Amino acid sequence: MNGNLPRNGLRKLFGSVERVVGLSSSSSILGVKNTRINGVGNLVAFGGVGVAGLKSLAGSQRRQYSTPAEEKMTVRDALNQALEEELIADERVFLLGEEVGQYNGAYKVSKGLLDKFGPKRIIDTPITEAGFAGLAVGAALAGLRPICEFMTFNFAMQAIDHIINSAAKLHYMAGGTVQCPIVFRGPNGYAASVGAQHSQDYASWYGSIPGLKAAIRDPNPVVFLENELQYGVSFPISAEVLSKDFQLPIGKAKIIREGKDVTLVAHSRPLNFCLEAAEKLQAEDGISAEIINLRSIRPLDVDTIVASVKKTNHLVSVESGFPFFGLGSELSALIMESEAFDYLDAPVERVTGADVPTPYAFNLEALAFPTVDTIQWGTEAQLGNSLRCLDTTTWKKIIFLLAVALMQSVDKKGYPSLVHALMEVAYFNW
Amino acid sequence: MLARAVFVGFRTTNSFQWTKRLLSVTSQVFQSSSKDDAKGEKVPFPGATLSYFTNKMQFIQSIDPIPTYRVMDREGKILDPSQEPQVSEEFSLKIYQNMLTLNIMDLILYEAQRQGRISFYMTNYGEEACIGSAAALDNNDVIFGQYREAGVLLYRGFGLDEFMNQCYSNEQDNGKGRQMPVHYGSKELNFQTISSPLATQIPQAAGAAYALKRSSQKNCVMCYFGEGAASEGDFHAALNIAATMTCPVIFFCRNNGFAISTPALEQYKGDGIASRGIGYGIDTIRVDGNDVWAVFNATRTARQLAADENRPVLIEAMTYRIGHHSTSDNSLAYRSKTEVEYWKRLDNPIIRFRKWLENKNWWNEEEENKFRTEIRKEILKSFSRAEKLQKPSLTELFNDVYDRPTPNLIAQKQELKRLIEEYPENYKLNKFKNEGKDL
Repeated sequence: MNGNLPRNGLRKLFGSVERVVGLSSSSSILGVKNTRINGVGNLVAFGGVGVAGLKSLAGSQRRQYSTPAEEKMTVRDALNQALEEELIADERVFLLGEEVGQYNGAYKVSKGLLDKFGPKRIIDTPITEAGFAGLAVGAALAGLRPICEFMTFNFAMQAIDHIINSAAKLHYMAGGTVQCPIVFRGPNGYAASVGAQHSQDYASWYGSIPGLKAAIRDPNPVVFLENELQYGVSFPISAEVLSKDFQLPIGKAKIIREGKDVTLVAHSRPLNFCLEAAEKLQAEDGISAEIINLRSIRPLDVDTIVASVKKTNHLVSVESGFPFFGLGSELSALIMESEAFDYLDAPVERVTGADVPTPYAFNLEALAFPTVDTIQWGTEAQLGNSLRCLDTTTWKKIIFLLAVALMQSVDKKGYPSLVHALMEVAYFNW
Repeated sequence: MLARAVFVGFRTTNSFQWTKRLLSVTSQVFQSSSKDDAKGEKVPFPGATLSYFTNKMQFIQSIDPIPTYRVMDREGKILDPSQEPQVSEEFSLKIYQNMLTLNIMDLILYEAQRQGRISFYMTNYGEEACIGSAAALDNNDVIFGQYREAGVLLYRGFGLDEFMNQCYSNEQDNGKGRQMPVHYGSKELNFQTISSPLATQIPQAAGAAYALKRSSQKNCVMCYFGEGAASEGDFHAALNIAATMTCPVIFFCRNNGFAISTPALEQYKGDGIASRGIGYGIDTIRVDGNDVWAVFNATRTARQLAADENRPVLIEAMTYRIGHHSTSDNSLAYRSKTEVEYWKRLDNPIIRFRKWLENKNWWNEEEENKFRTEIRKEILKSFSRAEKLQKPSLTELFNDVYDRPTPNLIAQKQELKRLIEEYPENYKLNKFKNEGKDL
């Protein structure tokens, strides 16, 4: 598996096998508002999809949402509004990070908050991630509800000890006597030609840690993964989402497009591409794709995915992280361990970021992440892999092989066994 | 660095605001920049507003060494009567008896580890005067420890049973048997549970102090750490952030000469840890850490600075770790027995304090022997009580990862219950509280 995209001609030659392709961008944050700050340890990954995120779930722009769209809002404004509502609702909530105050945040997510809440609640820190993340953990242990902004999650590596060894574990290590209600948030994943050290998707890093959750009003620590490229993207937003008390449920995925032939699972920016790919698949191949927005990485809503796979019999996982030990790897394993395995008509297909340090060059970077095309190809390959979509030539091949196998089984066993023959065919690597 | 540069690129929209801010800073500097004949002309630069221009090129390698404050000499004699704290006999004896208790508890638990009865232990030998710092605090001041602060906890009122239960990981351990021995913690006593990752408590202490400051409660946070931990980035991060956010926190460095095997002289090259505090603009003092009253006086004053004026303070208490780092260490591999014996006999904080008490006629040989015998008996009793208690309930296997167990944890718990019901003979249920019945 590598980052090269299978081209049209090639894709017919190679059947299934996982294909790691890169994605590129699209979706949004969803869920932020939900995230209210209570907690102690959640890892949520909202990535870039839309606005609604903060508050609602989101989805993404075009295409059908189940939530009626009455208004549009950018992801940035949704985050800003969710932060403001939380700051108003609870005096213990405060925001800290580099340039979040005077400068309004590197991406203007905290615009206007310093003027509204003052320097006691909106705190500009020195450039010391370990310092302000550690300070936030201490403040949470002492009863406050900090929102700790990282200019990007790439910088959070300076402070990862505090996130993983302190925030995520102290409740457990202290025998349940203390809580650490905190939200670590900031842009995650690749942006636009900012080089390998600033383009990483940390969903699987934080997702593997027990004690973390991914989103805000929860009493556990939450890691909230946003996406820089989605900040300026607008999404339709309903009146319900705009209400002060609207919260997204953490740990609940959302089916943002219904379908019957294949299940696409994604979060954050790649969701946009999934939606587009789904339209193309419908138009060009007559394939009806169901799309699930994970919204939260941990807890992961396995039930929703399993139910969908039982319906569609096919699963394609799409993410902008690296393939090795990634979200797609985990999804594949979870599906194999679930009853959905018996419903699969083809191996799970992974569409991921390329397994390389993210290129700085724009053109190479574009090839390193999932796109509409790679998602479409991955989905076609995966469906081409199942008996349902076999063309006439393939059927002829199967019948020929069946006949050969039947003859062989007669030779070996002395009598024809259809079951035996079928088994041999089944083991043939298509 | 690249990243910072990249992000600068996004800043254009607000450049006006930035310019305004810079201008205002600069104009303040210019207003105050008058010529001082003695020192010369003050610089206008925003990054060092107190500096003066000089014609002399000079690299500064060191400043005068920071002195070490003490109240008593090694014989327990007060050197300057104005520095002797005005305290009662009862107060002094509480500190002293805690020092003795700590010392005897260390002996017993260290031996228990050698006999394989507990898995691990860390003694406090030589650093007993640290209790003087606890005595200068208010009970509502929050404490973040490193791991060698059992004396502080003892002074706060942590019972012998609580120490023993933690070391035995039994069903009454506050930590539910999830950590190695000496990782004590007590919510009631405002003592944050000890957390193994080194130095993380230092910035966290600044955060807890920030929370206290916001609550307008006139309390502070006390944060203990060793001179080795002060080499971690977290230490520097913490001092800078506590200074810039004016957090009411006391950073208390126990400079005991060794970070496991690394001697302090290889740990850093500057003038100890104290010199760094000054660099961060923090009120700093170095004290004789074997002198209870020096530790007490310094902490009491530091507490006022922190709690009343929201100023972070750094105290460097110089001492010597007489014991091994932990039961996993044999310090004879890197230091001589003679050296250790020297400190044990000639500069022992317990002996020094005892001499002071005896000079006051508040203590004598007979009381010493009586107290030692009694406390030893009490500790041993508590020890065997803890040894006999069951382990925590099996349900605790699934608790506290989150505030409420997640669905996968609930499923795992049900599976365990099923297995136990099906194969009871394979589980030694009587070892656990409630014997698995509460699953």
